[in-house]
Amino acid sequence: MQKWECTACAYVYDPEEGDPTQDIEAGTAFEDLPDDWVCPDCGVGKDLFEPVD
Amino acid sequence: MYVELTKETGWVGAIDWNVRDFHGYETRRGSTYNAYLVQGEKSALIDTVKSRFADTLLANVGEVSDPDDIDYVVANHGEPDHSGALPEVLEATGATLITNEKALGTLEGYYDTSGWQVEFVGTGDTLDLGGSSLSFVQTPMVHWPDSMVTYCLETKILFSNDAFGQHLASSGRFDDETELPVVMDEAKTYYANIVMLYGRTIAKALEAVGDLEIEMIAPSHGIIWRSEIPTILGAYEDWVRCRPVAKVLVIYESMWRSTELMAREIVEGAMRDGVEVRLFDVTRAGRTALATEMLDAAAVAFGSPTLNMTMMPEIAGLLTYLKGLAPKHKAGLAFGSCGWAPAGQRELQERLEEMEIEVLREPLSAQWRPDNEVLGQCREAGRLLADYAENAAAEGHLCEP
Repeated sequence: MQKWECTACAYVYDPEEGDPTQDIEAGTAFEDLPDDWVCPDCGVGKDLFEPVD
Repeated sequence: MYVELTKETGWVGAIDWNVRDFHGYETRRGSTYNAYLVQGEKSALIDTVKSRFADTLLANVGEVSDPDDIDYVVANHGEPDHSGALPEVLEATGATLITNEKALGTLEGYYDTSGWQVEFVGTGDTLDLGGSSLSFVQTPMVHWPDSMVTYCLETKILFSNDAFGQHLASSGRFDDETELPVVMDEAKTYYANIVMLYGRTIAKALEAVGDLEIEMIAPSHGIIWRSEIPTILGAYEDWVRCRPVAKVLVIYESMWRSTELMAREIVEGAMRDGVEVRLFDVTRAGRTALATEMLDAAAVAFGSPTLNMTMMPEIAGLLTYLKGLAPKHKAGLAFGSCGWAPAGQRELQERLEEMEIEVLREPLSAQWRPDNEVLGQCREAGRLLADYAENAAAEGHLCEP
């Protein structure tokens, strides 16, 4: 599944892990994250993420 | 006072001589809120000032122009030190606000924006004033999501907003009118306390503006760079890459001087040619100065006795502050005294690990007073810190921006 990186702090959202800090289950694609989901490390919104290998 | 940068560009901001506390940042030399007027066939004001200086800004503009003649106000960043006067300025001028969508979101959160005329701009957009044109580069997280810089294509002035700023009140508006070591000290303090954690995004912003030909950098606080542009860009490059200096910090809080005795012994152990060692009692040094020291120090020892089964409150406050600023590529250790439980030192150690500081040894603990054995361990710990700092500086290992 496609990983996405925070352009501000380099946190990588890995869909296979999800984001337990915001109750995002493993297996959730980045596109399916809720609009109010934020980077768990620096707090910026989804619009500041870019796809990474 | 209106201060000319070029014939079409002027400073119209405010000098805040007496501010000493800027949301917890100790502004020991005051600050300025810089706003700039660019005049072509049309006129644009770039950023505003804190709300209580709105009259000053309008009076400064009034020296060269009728406020009614301002067509645009650019908001590079929504924080109130730059936007506080915006409602009054828009009211007085009837100007159109030029900003990005994120910044409008910030402004809507702070002010009643109903009735404002707004045009959005993003990276690459240009605003033609007739004779002068402004282009925009969004620089998210330098230091808020809404941050943006403005560049004048004709005068080659970069209005960099908070990047390259300094909290420094001065009568001269330019870098060559104020003592350079003072300006650089304040630029470093500003970087450490406001943007240290955004090194990565600042590196991107540096890259984005790197291709621009720059005659002046006009930030939103402090002096304007015109003679020392390579100096400040070089310094930012070092800070962004976390270039380590052969410097050891020993920062402590003490109750009955036992932790202080340990701190002094660590300093003794660390002192050698080529390594700078600095000792700080956290209750006297203040967070702002200590964050600045942390920016380039290679190694640091944090000390606290155990108080009520935890570390002491001032050192805890400092560590919370530093955790947010996220200094990178440091090594360190924890030390301190206790009566019956070394809980404070263990907690310090956990904080170091949480901050991803490379821990050089297990916590040093002394019961009641440090005896000769413990003091010997402290000297040895000082040598460890100095070794690390010396090597880190020599290797110059830098972080990837």
